[in-house]
Amino acid sequence: MKNHIPRIASSEITPEGVYLDRRQLLAAGFATAALGTLGASTTLAASPPALAPLTAARNQAVSTSDAPNSYEDITTYNNYYEFGTGKSDPAVEARDFKPTPWSVTVDGEADVKGKFTLEDILKPQVLEERVYRLRCVEAWSMVIPWTGFSLASLLQRFKPTSKAKYVEFTTLLDPKQMPGQRDAVLRWPYVEGLRMDEAMHPLAFMAVGLYGKTLPNQSGAPLRLVVPWKYGFKNIKAIVRIRFTEQQPRNSWQIAAASEYGFFANVNPAVDHPRWSQATERRIGGGLLAKRAATLPFNGYADQVASLYSGMDLRRYY
Amino acid sequence: MNSTRQFRFIFKPLVFAACAIPAGLMVLGIMKLQGITEFAPMDLGADPVSRLIHACGITALNLLLITLLVTPARQISGWNNLIRLRRMLGLFAFFYAVMHFTCYAWLDQGLDLAAIGADIVKRPYITIGMAALLMLIPLAVTSTSGMMRRLGRKWIKLHRLIYVLTALGVWHFYWQVKKDIREPLLYVAMFAVLMAWRIGWRFKGKFVPARVPEKT
Ligand code: HEM
Repeated sequence: MKNHIPRIASSEITPEGVYLDRRQLLAAGFATAALGTLGASTTLAASPPALAPLTAARNQAVSTSDAPNSYEDITTYNNYYEFGTGKSDPAVEARDFKPTPWSVTVDGEADVKGKFTLEDILKPQVLEERVYRLRCVEAWSMVIPWTGFSLASLLQRFKPTSKAKYVEFTTLLDPKQMPGQRDAVLRWPYVEGLRMDEAMHPLAFMAVGLYGKTLPNQSGAPLRLVVPWKYGFKNIKAIVRIRFTEQQPRNSWQIAAASEYGFFANVNPAVDHPRWSQATERRIGGGLLAKRAATLPFNGYADQVASLYSGMDLRRYY
Repeated sequence: MNSTRQFRFIFKPLVFAACAIPAGLMVLGIMKLQGITEFAPMDLGADPVSRLIHACGITALNLLLITLLVTPARQISGWNNLIRLRRMLGLFAFFYAVMHFTCYAWLDQGLDLAAIGADIVKRPYITIGMAALLMLIPLAVTSTSGMMRRLGRKWIKLHRLIYVLTALGVWHFYWQVKKDIREPLLYVAMFAVLMAWRIGWRFKGKFVPARVPEKT
């Protein structure tokens, strides 16, 4: 296996402050646990099952210098409707989810198709860490250190044909394990898609880890997309199928409410959601009195990705 | 202790305490966040601002519906003392609605008046929320016994605004959710039942015009 990037344990490059924070968090966790018998009922996850550490060097060139959110915030506050519509639901409801064994079906306009185990998928990939901003369509944001590999490096292995104009991703459908799928809040399974040039862009990322450890269930284990210049709902989780298509896929939120959520979903402060403003965002973790921050076009990644959309009316293709 | 005294010295303080519980939980949550206490039964989570807005909003709406439940409950149980809770419940609803607005305007929007103004004008769910809050003000102001006496029948007419503003509150709730409308629909249903009861009562020919409650 070729390996140009020196392998450094994430613990060596994570700023010490973050680790101290985490130790304090642990201490706080124990305090809560101790008091728990007195009737505490926090909705936060209990200590997660031991997640395997991953070895990956940080890709500094694409990583933001913003301070990452705490592991606690990232893993107890997110949208993952397969495990409930509340943002603290996934941490609780995904606890017993089984991300192994796992396989991904590849089909559509590609030469290499079939069913691949997660191990098949991971074997040739060199893992790296990327600290990306994440901007939710609900106008909050986080900074997250993901571990994974570029989406392009994965998709190229399947040799998409010239007819492949888009790539579609599908989440596992398993209402037994994913209680949220028992309610018709969205059409299941969750589907997302990218235009081929978006998918092949070097910033598009496939994550298998978080904070130098295997991805926890509530964050989309074992395999999730991260497209940092788009609203969070594009980042489809627990992927079981990758299909190359000629037609633009219909993504779940577009199916649910086409007037509010589009296919592209690029972060854009100039195009409001019909019911709320997208001009500013609240960075999670700032405490009670933190000021909202201005939202940047393409979530601050405009220099890298704006050219993908030159000539497109971004009001129309929201 | 006769039943009125019992009501005044036991039942009413208990209801007062119950109404204050959500506020107490929120204060404890804030204290934990600020590191003042280590333990809070309600953890404000990763996005405390949004959590506070939602907790105040839903408590205000719950209290509006409970206020509207007083009359049917009295009619069903025949326990007339219940009417003496109505003012307190309504004022608590007002309190939580004001806190809801304060959390939004101060914690969320940083008192940026231009942004708040733009939201009120541009976002229908905020427009109707604001309308509901404004309607609550005259009701709170005229809730004193003196005002009731002074306004007489006009008081009853004025206080019918509660139906309109509660409907707006439910609508506001319905409009601000992203997709999962099950909870707002439950509120629509509860409000509908409360209103249907009133209509049914009137049709039964037993309709007694709402009374100005005597001084409590
Ligand atoms: C009587 C008046 C009002 C009532 C009963 C009310 C009730 C509610 C309820 C029940 C919610 C949803 C809470 C939840 O999901 O748990 C909510 C959300 C909200 N309300 Fe109100 N509200 C009122 C007035 C206002 C006013 C005056 C404003 C601002 C000008 C406002 C702004 C908001 C905002 C920003 C949200 C959260 C939306 C989000 O998180 O996306 N509300 N309100």
